[in-house]
Amino acid sequence: MRHLLATRNLSYDNAMAILDTAQEMATVSDRSIKKLPTLRGQTVVNLFFEDSTRTRTSFEAAAKRLSADVLNFAVKTSSVSKGESLKDTVQTLEAIGGDAIVMRHWASGAAQQLANFGWSSSAVINAGDGTHEHPTQALLDAFTLRDRIHGQHASGKDLEGLHIVVVGDILHSRVARSNVWLLHTLGAKVTLSGPPTLMPVGVTTWPVEINYDLDALLAEQPDAIMMLRVQAERMSGDFFPSAAEYTRGWGLTNDRYKRIEGCNTLIMHPGPMNRGLEISAAAADSAQNTALEQVANGVSVRMAVLYLLLAGQPGQ
Amino acid sequence: MNITYLITGGTTPDGVQTDIALDADGLIAELGQGLMAQGAVVIDATDKIVLPGLVDLHTHLREPGNNDAETVETGTRAAAKGGFTAVHAMANSNPVADTAGVVEQVYSLGKQAGWTDVHPVGAVTVGLAGERLAELSAMHDSAANVTMFSDDGICVWDPVLMRRALEYVKSFDGFIAQHAQEPRLTEGAQMNESALSSELGLTGWPAVAEESIIARDVLLAQHVDSRVHICHVSTAGSVELIRWAKSQGINVTAEVTPHHLLLTEDYVKTYDPVYKVNPPLRKDSDVHALRQGLADGTIDTVGTDHAPHTEETKQCEWVVAAMGMTGLETALPVIQHTMVDTGLLSWHDVARVMSANPARIYRHSDQGQLTKTGGLVQGAVANIAVYDPTHTFVVNPAEHDSKSANSPYKNMELSGQVTDVFYRGHQVVADARMTTPFHHSR
Repeated sequence: MRHLLATRNLSYDNAMAILDTAQEMATVSDRSIKKLPTLRGQTVVNLFFEDSTRTRTSFEAAAKRLSADVLNFAVKTSSVSKGESLKDTVQTLEAIGGDAIVMRHWASGAAQQLANFGWSSSAVINAGDGTHEHPTQALLDAFTLRDRIHGQHASGKDLEGLHIVVVGDILHSRVARSNVWLLHTLGAKVTLSGPPTLMPVGVTTWPVEINYDLDALLAEQPDAIMMLRVQAERMSGDFFPSAAEYTRGWGLTNDRYKRIEGCNTLIMHPGPMNRGLEISAAAADSAQNTALEQVANGVSVRMAVLYLLLAGQPGQ
Repeated sequence: MNITYLITGGTTPDGVQTDIALDADGLIAELGQGLMAQGAVVIDATDKIVLPGLVDLHTHLREPGNNDAETVETGTRAAAKGGFTAVHAMANSNPVADTAGVVEQVYSLGKQAGWTDVHPVGAVTVGLAGERLAELSAMHDSAANVTMFSDDGICVWDPVLMRRALEYVKSFDGFIAQHAQEPRLTEGAQMNESALSSELGLTGWPAVAEESIIARDVLLAQHVDSRVHICHVSTAGSVELIRWAKSQGINVTAEVTPHHLLLTEDYVKTYDPVYKVNPPLRKDSDVHALRQGLADGTIDTVGTDHAPHTEETKQCEWVVAAMGMTGLETALPVIQHTMVDTGLLSWHDVARVMSANPARIYRHSDQGQLTKTGGLVQGAVANIAVYDPTHTFVVNPAEHDSKSANSPYKNMELSGQVTDVFYRGHQVVADARMTTPFHHSR
């Protein structure tokens, strides 16, 4: 593995290597001194073209626990206010000297361009590109599932036989895309639910089932239900008539939560949660909800990715 | 008779091997075997195809306003290199070609350059804004004598405005070339809408956005009994609609680009903006329907939609990159590859769709002259392209005469080379190299 750009083409073996390595990294976070010397002398650049304190902090913690130096580089441009080009920005960073670039970008494909167009010699980790992919989020979700189901014996185990339901705005969600491909690779069955307006064209060719009826899906007691965040800007886009109608159809309301309360169905959310919209307060605070574990596991998974991409490379 | 050039041994589109004598008036003086002419420059065209000069109804020359990407000079050099003797410069320059002044400027820049005819296309609406008609008659009555109008790049969306435009140009037998793209269905569109666009996270440009406008416009053309031309048809459904319209006797003509005959949306997987174009690259089934449509006459002509862009507008994130590809210098090899080598078109057909048909659509009398059987016409203006279909090469945009290098065929191996071009009887390309421009008399 040279880069981590997407889960679409991530092999089973590489995915499992990341999860198993993350398992080991998790033990580091439990120690009193939360640090390994592995990446001493290497530099990880967090290049963020889009604000995301949560993801950036997670990557920063992961790099620091591996003793790497971290540079945070935030670029305030958008597709609306064009400034310096991606190519120029990256080449500036190359001149400063980095071994890995962790990039969050508003443009789909930006990470792949960075890795393939000869603009940089760094390892590239996609920390979310437009509405394309967010591979480390999917990896930490898979890690969390595995951890909840297999606990200490999770190492070496995939997600064969699990049924995962992903609910909400599939169309605009990079998290959903990365999860669909990775869950499929790891052997899980994936069902997508949400308003048909937020299902991508051609989704029937994906390795998923579609079911618009969330209540019917909950009755099947899936192993996990992933609630995607509803973005405020979708409210005005004619995708659904009102927030209340969305919640009635596809929110994990108290009423729906009661029906899975105490079952083995995990409630997952990539955060931040819109309480009262896609998830009720009771469901958000439930012991079945893994949101905070997902955050903690995110650090372990990102440590694993940095380790696998950078360890063994000469420091600078 | 003062013979200046003698093209010997070439095969004209009718399959006949003939010599061709050009005279000092820039006309085809004589056709036949064993022609002799003392003092004439002799071009040996043995084993080559001699085509009427190609005519492109869809070219972006970028001047005025974006001379960094292309100028009339560089764009028409590229055209000549590709075997074209006439190009039609789309109106989306800056300022927009929506007045007699701007179209005359482009027309005169074309004459000064002297590599091909340059016919400016007038904008349908002021500033391409789609709100009110530009002064179409004034552009027609200008020195540029515009008969083709298009807001290309933007659809004339307002159905009433489109209807009025179609009606208005009837007074001088003009026509409207529509860029068929329903704007609301394509807001922020980046590529063909499909399972692939969903996977790549790029906003889709659905086929229905093109087809719904074509359906509306052929019905409008029928209703007001006028002429509509559909630019860069890109979907199988569009081909079906145009086939139906023609079967109803509706006065519609249609064009397809070389890139839509060869490339598919699969190239977008690279996120390389060189493959970003409007309308977008579609699916394999569309490519085959377009080839079939061009072969059976549903689609009348090949238009390059040559759209040069500077490096900085292409080497950037996909979603902010400019749309468009260069195409003048690769058009004929791509048509050979997609249509001739596949057995779908003969060379006579190529001469029709790349020369005679576009000339007929615009009503040119000095371009695209062909006999019924596909021979060149004695007495016609000597616009001629000599083509060697056996020459294989790897496309290298850095070698192109176009100022821009955004060719999607980069590193692709193709066959065919335009070796010699005669523009109004003057040799502008010799042995695949530019020579000297033609000097217009006024």
